[in-house]
Amino acid sequence: MSKSEENLGYKGEALDAIKKAGCEVGDIVRVSGDDKIYEGILIPRSESGDSRHVVVKMKSGYNIGIRLSANVKIEKIGKGAKPTFESPPLPPQRLDLPKVVIMSTGGTIASRVDYRTGAVRSAISASDLYGVVPELADLAQVDTQIVLSIYSENLTQQHWRQIAEAAAKNIEEGAQGVVIAHGTDTMAYTAAALSFALQNLPVPVIVVGAQRSSDRPSSDAATNLIGAVNAAAYGQFAEVAIAMHETVADTSIVFNRAARVRKCHTSRRDTFKPVNALPIARATGHELTMLTPDFRKRDPTAKMVLKPNFSEKVALIKFYPGMDPAIIDWYVQNGFRGLLLEGSGLGHVSSTCFGAIQNAVSGGVVVALASQCIWGRVNMNVYDTGRDLLALGVVPADDMFPETALVKLMWTLGQTSDAEEAKKLFKTNIAGELSPRTLPQECAIKEGGQ
Amino acid sequence: MVVDYAKIGLKVGLEIHQQLATASKLFCSCPPLLFKEDPEIVFLRRLRPTQSELGQIDPAAYFEFQKGVKVLYEANRQSSCLVEMDEEPPHPMNIEAVEVVLMASLMMNMKPIDEVHVMRKTVIDGSNTTGFQRTSIIALDGWIKVGDKTIPMQAASLEEDAARKTGTEADGKIIRYRIDRLGIPLIEVATAPVIYSPQEAQDVALVIGRILRDTGKVMRGLGTIRQDLNVSLPNGALIEIKGVQQLDLISTVVEYEVQRQLGLIAVKEELSAKGITPQSISEDIVDVTDVFKETKSKVIRKAVDKKKAVKALKLHGFAGFLGRELMPNFRVGTELSDRAKFWGRVGGIFHTDEMPNYGITPEEVEAVKKAVGAVEGDTVVFVADSEENTVDALKAVAERAKELLTGVPAETRTAKEDGTTRYMRPRPGAARMYPETDIPPTLITEALVERIRANLPESAEKKQQRLTEQFGLNEKLAKQIVDSEYNLLFDAIATESGVSATTVAVFLTETLKALRRDGVQVENVSDEQVTAIFGAVGSGELAKEAVSDVFSWLTKNEGKKVQDATEALGLKMLSSQELEALVNRVMADNKAQIEKLGKSAFGLVMGLVMKEARGKATPDAVSKLVKQKLT
Repeated sequence: MSKSEENLGYKGEALDAIKKAGCEVGDIVRVSGDDKIYEGILIPRSESGDSRHVVVKMKSGYNIGIRLSANVKIEKIGKGAKPTFESPPLPPQRLDLPKVVIMSTGGTIASRVDYRTGAVRSAISASDLYGVVPELADLAQVDTQIVLSIYSENLTQQHWRQIAEAAAKNIEEGAQGVVIAHGTDTMAYTAAALSFALQNLPVPVIVVGAQRSSDRPSSDAATNLIGAVNAAAYGQFAEVAIAMHETVADTSIVFNRAARVRKCHTSRRDTFKPVNALPIARATGHELTMLTPDFRKRDPTAKMVLKPNFSEKVALIKFYPGMDPAIIDWYVQNGFRGLLLEGSGLGHVSSTCFGAIQNAVSGGVVVALASQCIWGRVNMNVYDTGRDLLALGVVPADDMFPETALVKLMWTLGQTSDAEEAKKLFKTNIAGELSPRTLPQECAIKEGGQ
Repeated sequence: MVVDYAKIGLKVGLEIHQQLATASKLFCSCPPLLFKEDPEIVFLRRLRPTQSELGQIDPAAYFEFQKGVKVLYEANRQSSCLVEMDEEPPHPMNIEAVEVVLMASLMMNMKPIDEVHVMRKTVIDGSNTTGFQRTSIIALDGWIKVGDKTIPMQAASLEEDAARKTGTEADGKIIRYRIDRLGIPLIEVATAPVIYSPQEAQDVALVIGRILRDTGKVMRGLGTIRQDLNVSLPNGALIEIKGVQQLDLISTVVEYEVQRQLGLIAVKEELSAKGITPQSISEDIVDVTDVFKETKSKVIRKAVDKKKAVKALKLHGFAGFLGRELMPNFRVGTELSDRAKFWGRVGGIFHTDEMPNYGITPEEVEAVKKAVGAVEGDTVVFVADSEENTVDALKAVAERAKELLTGVPAETRTAKEDGTTRYMRPRPGAARMYPETDIPPTLITEALVERIRANLPESAEKKQQRLTEQFGLNEKLAKQIVDSEYNLLFDAIATESGVSATTVAVFLTETLKALRRDGVQVENVSDEQVTAIFGAVGSGELAKEAVSDVFSWLTKNEGKKVQDATEALGLKMLSSQELEALVNRVMADNKAQIEKLGKSAFGLVMGLVMKEARGKATPDAVSKLVKQKLT
């Protein structure tokens, strides 16, 4: 443990006082001042906390913050116990069960709490996972793998490649299903990327996360994970899908096609909604039900194709009233090769942007356009503005919503440097992200409420 | 039973929880309201014990998880948002609630802490959608005076109230909770365990309750205050009794608990003297469904018809003990059946000590005894329910029977309205708490503490003195008002309504107490309505004699106004013209007699008029008018 970790979160006056007393986080301390004396374990301080208080966990289990001043004295009265997390022994693997690899990318799909210190630690190893979610042992022979340990908002196209390559390796080595644990913020981007990078899949690749942290008894992490492992091991569909709660209840887990699903609520468990599509499967308890006949079937003999390249020179530009077209110029001047415009309605941006767009297209930049309405299909033949944009060479993203269209454009330009070829590839259905038909029920708006 | 509590070493500590009357809940902006209607929103959840704590996990909750028990939450839009549903992180702590707790803490001479950290206390029985209760310490180490004795106060906490249980379904596999109450701010204050008699426990609770009410920011009525008692005897156990709602029940609850513990100690001694040990209790559960194939017992018939099972357990040497009374209407057998209900989700148990009964024949009893190999001196417990439930129930009975041989088991009990207590659950392990990282710490500045300290409500003694001086209340009435939950309301009404303070005081204390005793739902009438009633008396629209009638009518007609009551009850005051017309009519009707009596006709006329005008005219006004007319 490094020196900085020993005084976790403390700075300034508080850190000096702790150091002067020869204490570190975890020690038993007595803090006395004017008419008050407190005893307890010195607890880490939140990084955003001020530098004038120390936090002590009292015998009752409560934490309190004590303000430091000239009269307040800190004494070390005992060496504290460090948080300990003992994993239960690994249960015997049932060799008759399918092999599933759970890849973690950061965040915590499972965790444990040390109540003496209040520390929360994520459970990553297979034995940890079995300890926290014992139901897994009856579903599959689970192997675990740490691919990344970063917050999902810090992921880049390089990480998508890394995840895709690791998943492909696991499948080639005989995994009968792959589960990828992922933070929910950018989960839909990664999942869409994987669905373009991992083609002709023989087995399911299930991306899973949680909206409530896994240290709390009400977390959706365990039920989502059980659903994901169940689908990875037994699902009939060999596609990349996101597994999360279908409603606010713990009753069912729903599987949505990776290129057709979007995070639509900041905090609800059922935040992931299919866009211009229906879910492909549902798990209720251990029962898996396919919800559409239209899916790629599991086929262990299928020869997987890995295409993990993504261009980083692609940007998403959201159009808004009064947008300065110089924003578009900036990207062109900075060497961007693809621009995904998030237009209004059926697919429009202000005519003040036409010049900048024309300039981009003539410079070989692929300019595509999806709608900020999220649901529905762009149709640029209805109004003059749409027709003008088509004439400028803007590529309609059809029924792809902006984030999927962005990932698709990144992937497309990772496959070819030729703009015309890229446009053609962008308009070709790869992972179910494009469809010529949109059915009336393929809209979450009517069922978005409770 | 006369008990020398000092001699037996009784120790009681109190934990008092009271809902705060803040504008919104503790961690969201929902109003603190409960609803009676059917829920608009329901959702099913399952809480998962954190597995690293297997050794110290709440055994009851873990048992329920293993049995696949799920929780069905009920909500409506008015009282809950996504925060209570655990679908949105909590908002920052309600500072109004922090200030109320600070005020109460200072009134109890406690020391506020400098920075409040909200903790998560793990609770996985379903009463919290998150699986933990959010709680925080606001102040520590104080004292209150109760009579001449100083009672040390350990801590004042601010926490969120839990969801309320509304029922079970599917053989106990689904528990229903309503989340309207979840998140209402609760103050919890705890005394040290230095209370040595039942009466003292009640006296201390009274003083604490009075201080909390003096803040003017606590809720009133049934269910808003919950008094937990920690009762211990040196040879017995520490028993946590939850949820005593009535103050005047506290001494009875403690008395009964002492009786129960003494009774259990006696049972242990007698059984041990007979050579019965925990090892004497067999755990063999025998299926006796066949015995009851043709039974006339309704309960068992119903179970057998539904293809359920009847199972039996022998308790060696227990004959006669299960009927032993430990508290009123509570026998040793009740101890066993409470456990069976809790762990086995059954409706109750039968035992041979109470047989023949419930339509069960002596022949059936003999057959059951034979099936389990019971001999003279043994008793047999049997249960009719599903296979799983009967086995769980009888395992729990065996467990409890073994504990009868070791004394009093430490457990959490719940208080009933008659002052007896029932098994609630085993004592949870040490509080398992970790920080609530979604809520930033709240700073308690010296300036805030000083502002609150400068505005503390007057103490009870001072208030009592002021009431006698300012309003001329007698000492008894002044004391009753100080102890009353209406004490702040009294001040307001007595100052503003123009009605005699004694009239107001008598109504708010003795009259309300009497109405409550008669079953009137006193809580149904708001402070505003009471103020309006006295406002009407003060302005001469309502006779003071009619106050109780109007009040009672309002309890039964929620949402109605005082005016509606006076109209419905025909209590509208007569206008001066109407009164004059009445007096004129009475005098005309009795003209001859009045002339005969002359000036002394006053009594006659007064009596006749009041007979018709009672509650519609004040005696003063009638008397003045009659005197005027007679001259």
